[in-house]
Amino acid sequence: MKKHVIIVGAGISGVSIAYHLAKKGVKDILVIDQGYFTNGATGRCGAGIRQQWATKMNCLMAKKSMEFFETAEKTLDYDGSIELKQEGYLILATTKDEEEQFKKNVKLQNELGIPSKVLNKEEALNIVPHLNPNAFLSATFCHTDGHLNPFKMTEAFYKASLALGVQFHFFETVKDLTVEDQLVKKVITDKEIYETDILINAAGGYAKEIGELAGVDIPVYSENHEILATEPVEKLQGPMVMSFSKNIYCQQVPHGAFLMGRSTPNQTKGHDISSSWQFLDEMSQTVCDIMPLIGKLNIVRQWGGSYNMSPDHQPIISKAIEVNNFYMACGFSGHGFMLAPMTGLLMSELVLGLKPSMDIESLSIERFNNQEAVHIEKSVV
Amino acid sequence: MDKKKIIMCRCEDVTLEDLHKKIDEGYETFEDLKRLLRVGMGPCQANTCGQLIQKELASYLGKKVNDVKPHKARPMLQGISLESIAKEAKK
Repeated sequence: MKKHVIIVGAGISGVSIAYHLAKKGVKDILVIDQGYFTNGATGRCGAGIRQQWATKMNCLMAKKSMEFFETAEKTLDYDGSIELKQEGYLILATTKDEEEQFKKNVKLQNELGIPSKVLNKEEALNIVPHLNPNAFLSATFCHTDGHLNPFKMTEAFYKASLALGVQFHFFETVKDLTVEDQLVKKVITDKEIYETDILINAAGGYAKEIGELAGVDIPVYSENHEILATEPVEKLQGPMVMSFSKNIYCQQVPHGAFLMGRSTPNQTKGHDISSSWQFLDEMSQTVCDIMPLIGKLNIVRQWGGSYNMSPDHQPIISKAIEVNNFYMACGFSGHGFMLAPMTGLLMSELVLGLKPSMDIESLSIERFNNQEAVHIEKSVV
Repeated sequence: MDKKKIIMCRCEDVTLEDLHKKIDEGYETFEDLKRLLRVGMGPCQANTCGQLIQKELASYLGKKVNDVKPHKARPMLQGISLESIAKEAKK
């Protein structure tokens, strides 16, 4: 079977790329995913969307993506609700060093048009009264950050893509890629062999393995990040509360449940996404320290998901060096969901040779060959 | 009986009509339906709706129940407060 474009991965990046390509008139697109709808990192994420970043590229991608989300239901003609809730992200500074860094972050964000600001302790307590005043020094706040339902947002892109003629194959696994003359010629799955002109790797946690099938070396790895959900309760908290130094993010979603997660220090690299009691121990203690009131809630479920980590914690949106029709959108380092609209737009422009909506040279895989050009994003939980 | 009045997931108030609409759109596993309808995400964690929906998927899609994968069970087995875990973890 022949397909003009094959996208590996139907998570948020894959569906956004499919939509943006189809919207630009590209025909004969197939998206292949190894599992059920949003089985990978997208369906496992914390559902937060923020623009408060420490690197220019992440700020810009997040800001432009937020603008897309604000009108996404209409743009994509979605028959459901994407549950966009813009009640902000409150990021706590708990050390002097963090306070200094956050002032720099806010300055950069403001220069780029992101309406974040530094708040003193009292101002932060006005926004989230149940914060333990002794657990932090000050905070930053951006009122347009917030929440978005990952399943619904993915479905909105998915249905819009279907309407534009994109095909989707779920429960189909890419087993091999045949490369001749520095071009991917064939995609071999457990069900079919496809000839293709363009291969796009949006395989999330498995991006490195898809690269290896074509002899493309992608410097990413996956690691398990755990998360839990509580019972739903009446509205208690508007914004996402986050701390890098205390290692927590915690928000109440519109449905009423609280979602909270943290990263596991020295996590083993790999595809394990199981749940641990150690996570529960650490998560519970952290949230009870920062927000004792939330400690009253019952946990109903815990799970894990893959962060696809890049060396500088910024995405790789790029053509491969080794193979001329191999493109990749990976290495989002836990933040692919909130950047997805721009991922799709920029990838569609890259594939079609159009002028990019923003300069994406610093997202190219070639940046890792020049260590001086790498700016590591530190604002990651 | 009116499909709008048959509750398949009582934690999240999901009806048989909701379920059929999503299956008709092509979502044919419990995991798909869970993510889009919230079935099995409530306090009972699919202990009530899991088997009901497995059977309904089988009959609606003309499959054997054995061929419809049951939901993925995740911890916790029952709800436990964050503060009670934090208290024990400190010991």
